[in-house]
This record gives sequence, C-alpha cells and structure tokens, in this order.
Amino acid sequence: MAVIRDVMPAFELFQPASLADAVSLVDRYATDAWILAGGLDSFDWLKDRIKRPRYVVDLSGVAELKGVRESGDGVDIGAMTTLTEVVRHPVVRERYGILTEAAEAAASPQIRNQGTIGGNVSQDTRCWYYRSGWSCYRAGGNICYADTPDAINREHAILGADRCVAVNPSDTAPALITLGASMVIRSVAGERVIDAEDYFVGPGTDITRMNVLQRGEILAAIRLPGDWAGSRFYFEKVRDRQVWDFALVSVASAMTLSGNTIQNMRLAVNGVAARPLRLVAVEALARGRARDEDTAAMAGELAVQGAQALRLNAYKIPMMRNLVKRAIRGVEPWTIS
Amino acid sequence: MDYLLTWGHSPWGQQILTHVSWNLLWASLFAGVAFLLAHASYMVLSAHRKRHPDETDAMEASRPHLSARISRHSLTARLFHWVMAVAMFVLLFTAFLPIAGVKFAWVTWHWMAGLVLAASITFHMIHATFWMDFWSIWVGPKDLPELRAEILREFGHDVPGPKPGKYPLGNRLYHLAIVVAALSVIASGLTMMVRVRTPLFTRNPYLLGDATWGVVYVTHGMAGVALVGLVIAHVYFAVRPEKWWITKGMIVGWITRRQYLEHHDPHRWVVAETARRAETRTP
Repeated sequence: MAVIRDVMPAFELFQPASLADAVSLVDRYATDAWILAGGLDSFDWLKDRIKRPRYVVDLSGVAELKGVRESGDGVDIGAMTTLTEVVRHPVVRERYGILTEAAEAAASPQIRNQGTIGGNVSQDTRCWYYRSGWSCYRAGGNICYADTPDAINREHAILGADRCVAVNPSDTAPALITLGASMVIRSVAGERVIDAEDYFVGPGTDITRMNVLQRGEILAAIRLPGDWAGSRFYFEKVRDRQVWDFALVSVASAMTLSGNTIQNMRLAVNGVAARPLRLVAVEALARGRARDEDTAAMAGELAVQGAQALRLNAYKIPMMRNLVKRAIRGVEPWTIS
Repeated sequence: MDYLLTWGHSPWGQQILTHVSWNLLWASLFAGVAFLLAHASYMVLSAHRKRHPDETDAMEASRPHLSARISRHSLTARLFHWVMAVAMFVLLFTAFLPIAGVKFAWVTWHWMAGLVLAASITFHMIHATFWMDFWSIWVGPKDLPELRAEILREFGHDVPGPKPGKYPLGNRLYHLAIVVAALSVIASGLTMMVRVRTPLFTRNPYLLGDATWGVVYVTHGMAGVALVGLVIAHVYFAVRPEKWWITKGMIVGWITRRQYLEHHDPHRWVVAETARRAETRTP
C-alpha cells in the first residue's frame, strides 16, 4: 500500500549514453529493469514504493533518442523528445497540427518540458485502485476493484473492458493513430516497426500491460508518414479542468474532403478503453458521405455501440458520441450576438 | 511457498491467496513429458507379457458364435467424448498459451468452452448413470488382484490372473483422476464466471470474500495445471501403437472379436453370442 512517499527504495541506476548501450542494459537486466524516460509516471510508482525495480535505466543521456528529423515525406520523432519540443517544432506544427494540439493538451507546461512523447504513449494507466498497490487483475491479482457495485469509477472504461476497466491516459496516442504513425522498437535482436494502433493492448490480450513492449525492448522513435500531413484535423480533449488533467474522453480525426464529401478519414478516441481505439467502422461509414449533421449523428451513434457504463461513468457515452459528431462535422466558433 | 502459490493483499491489508504460481504449469508440462519419455523407454526395453497368439486362437475357436465386431462405445458415448476433448483442448490452449507468451483475447473463448465442457460432462453423468454400466469405469478394492496381475505381467511373468472387464485398469485409474481434476476445474470455473462479464448473468464480484475467492482461483489453477499433465498422458496412450485399437474403438465404436478376447476377461465384460449377427451388450 502507498504509505511512504517521496523516499524511493534503493536501486542501481544506469545512465547509458547510446541506444546500443541502453538496449544491452535492458536486455541484461530484463526481468528487473525499469526504463526511465521523463520520469513523470515512473517517479510516482517509485516514490509510492509500489514498484521496486532493482535496476533503473535512465534514457535521458541517449542523444539518438531525442529530436525531430525529417525522413522522406514524413518525420521521425525520437522517443525522448519532450512534449514541448514536439509542440514547438515547425514541421510538426505545419504538417501535423493535430499532434501539436494533442501534445499541448497534455498536463501543464512544466510537465511538458520534462515529459517525453515516448513516455506519454507508454505510460501506465491512472486507475487509482491499481496505482494504490491493491492486488487487482492488472497488478497480478484476481479482482477489479474499479468494477464493483460501489466502486469510484467515474474515469473508467465504457468499451473494451475485460475484467479490468482501466483506461489509457495518453493524449498523443489518438493523434498518432489518426496520423498513421509507426512505432520503432529496438532490442538486442534488432528493430521492429509496428503501427501505432497495434502498439497498445487491451486487458483481453494482456491484462498486466498497456502496450506491446516486451522485456528488453525500448521504444526508440515514432515515425509519422506523409499520408495525412496537412489534412483537415480535429482534436478535442474533455477534462475536468483545463490544465494538468487527464482526458475524460478525447477524440482525434484527420480527413480529406472533395467539396463537402468525405473522401477519406481516420478517427481515434481515448479515455474510453484500456487502449486508444481507432474507430474503423465509423471511418467506413463516413467515407463517401457528405460532411454534415446527418453523417455526424450516424457516426456518433455507431461509435458508442456496445458501450457499457459502470456505476459512475454513464456520462462518457453521450460525451464520446458528441465528440465523434464534432470530429466529423467540425465546430463552428461561438459568437456572442 | 511463492513457487507454488501467489499472494496479494486485500484492501484491509490482509494477505490473501490470488493464484497458483505458473511455475506449476511448467512442472506439470515437464512431468507429463517425463512420464511419456519414461514409459516409452520402458516399453522398448521391458519384457511385458502379452497373451500368446495360440492362446487367443484357442479362445476364438471356442467362441464361434461371437460377432466379428464387438460394439464398445455407442454413438452417444463417442460424441460426448469428442465434444469433451475439443472443449478441453480449447480450454487448455486459451488458458495456457497466453501464459506461455502467445497473447490473444482468450477469456470469452475460455468460458464458452468451459460451458461446453460442463454441459457435456453433465450429459455424460446422466447418460452413464441410467444408460451405461455405471460401475464398469470405477476402481475399488476389488481391483487389487487385477492390479497385482498387471504389475507382474509388466515384469514378464506369466500370470493367469484376472484380465480387465470393459475398461483396462489404467483406463479406470485415469478416469478417476480426470473426474477429480475436471469436476474441480468446472466447479471453480463456473464460480469464477460470476466475476467476468457474460451475457448470462449479472456480475457479482462480492459473491465470496477475498480469501474464499483466492481458494477458488487456486483450485482452478491447480486443477488446470494437473489437466495439462493428464491430457499429455491421455494423448500419448491414445497414439501408442499397442493402444491404437482402443483409440480406434472410440472413433468407430467397435473392436474386433480377437481384440476383445485378447485384452478383456469375457466374464467381466459379457458379450452375448448369437449365430446370426453381432449382438453385444454395450454398457
């Protein structure tokens, strides 16, 4: 249980200067190694003494993992690039505005200065039952305390729950899925590249993890293709307060139009399931239809099919429905007459 | 103790059981494969004694009216067996492949296969009780002479003692083990279904206390890993050349007259003789 704060248990700290050294270290100490990026998720775990790794591999000294580089018609973003750097990068701002918006919506300026994009997509869930150290499914136990008749579960999942009802807290994840990003993963065995939407896993597939990173693997970079660069984007994050808060529900979409007809689109939501969800059925429905209220209403209804509310989060169903509608038809700026 | 069981703590800080340690899965897998290798080696090297061909010839000659095909398993019994086998494999693969590192959404497949297994075993219990020779599959003190005779035969002795009835002794002992493991896994699994979302009933994670849930999960895990070893042994014996006639009997439903006379005691598994056609008493 979280009884001692601010005093971390002892661990051996490694600060490699190259990616090769980093993957070698996480391979050598695979079962006991903790990978430290910006530390904003990690230090909560360590200071609460709920995670007690024997070895911590701090990636902050690995220059190869930092920065935004143009590559072909897209860009490669090093996993250790801070959210502030992502937000301020001119190419990202110009071509991938949705990522700028999403990264800028994360937490607070101080946290964005320290937090990395790799950490943002790889962070653990914020379910407080789990983070309090209780023996829930996600922690290797046999119950979900957030899915009980008297649970405090206002922020939890309405879709994709499978024993665990935690949600993914990343702001940048739905934007990256919408942009068709790829995740570049390195290990001593080499490099593998997977689609952003396949980077995240739900509890049905693996209840103790939120992404596909295996022991000994490091997320090295995020690759943005040029396919959706400069298209019409929409990002919205609904939260209880406008700064330093996780999304209750967020939506990200990219679309190309021919006149007022939706030619192609990608749409993803987060905060509603243990993984950010790409809504492929909604995309298929919208494709070829007029970008109007009717299409938006149909898409909104389709998006929430199968949603199942817990005790305190039924509000997320209309919220998700409306966010999907807004992502498709857009939002007119408010005017005060 | 962590090598056998895993522990967590309740919201009140009490230490509670959560699962079996998955070390036991590897132990069961190892035990199953080790038994398989040991038995296969033994069968190559041992002098286990089979009935002499001329002995069986004489028995066949003395039973001229016995049908050439002896019915061993009715269609109903065979259907039960194969449905149960498919359900068991689905259960084992969905339970243990994720633990072995093959990740997929397994829970729905698992509980659905569990329901098929539970239904098929319920059917089997009713069918066996009212339409089959219920006691022919069970073991008891009366089987000790047969056990002694089988052991002596395995060591090459010429023992005239009792041959099995319809089911060989090993078959009956295996059935006993599988009854214990399968009923444990089904009872605990049905209870655990109360904790997962199904369209069948409303979830109730508070049906039992934390400690009791721990016992249920450990029971399920123990029975599950035991079934890994038991199923390995079963498949192994099913494909062994000298046992293939039994497996074939479970597929086609009958065995030959010679197999019947060679491997069974006609006094313990009585088959009616007619001059005209196969007419057997199939329990």
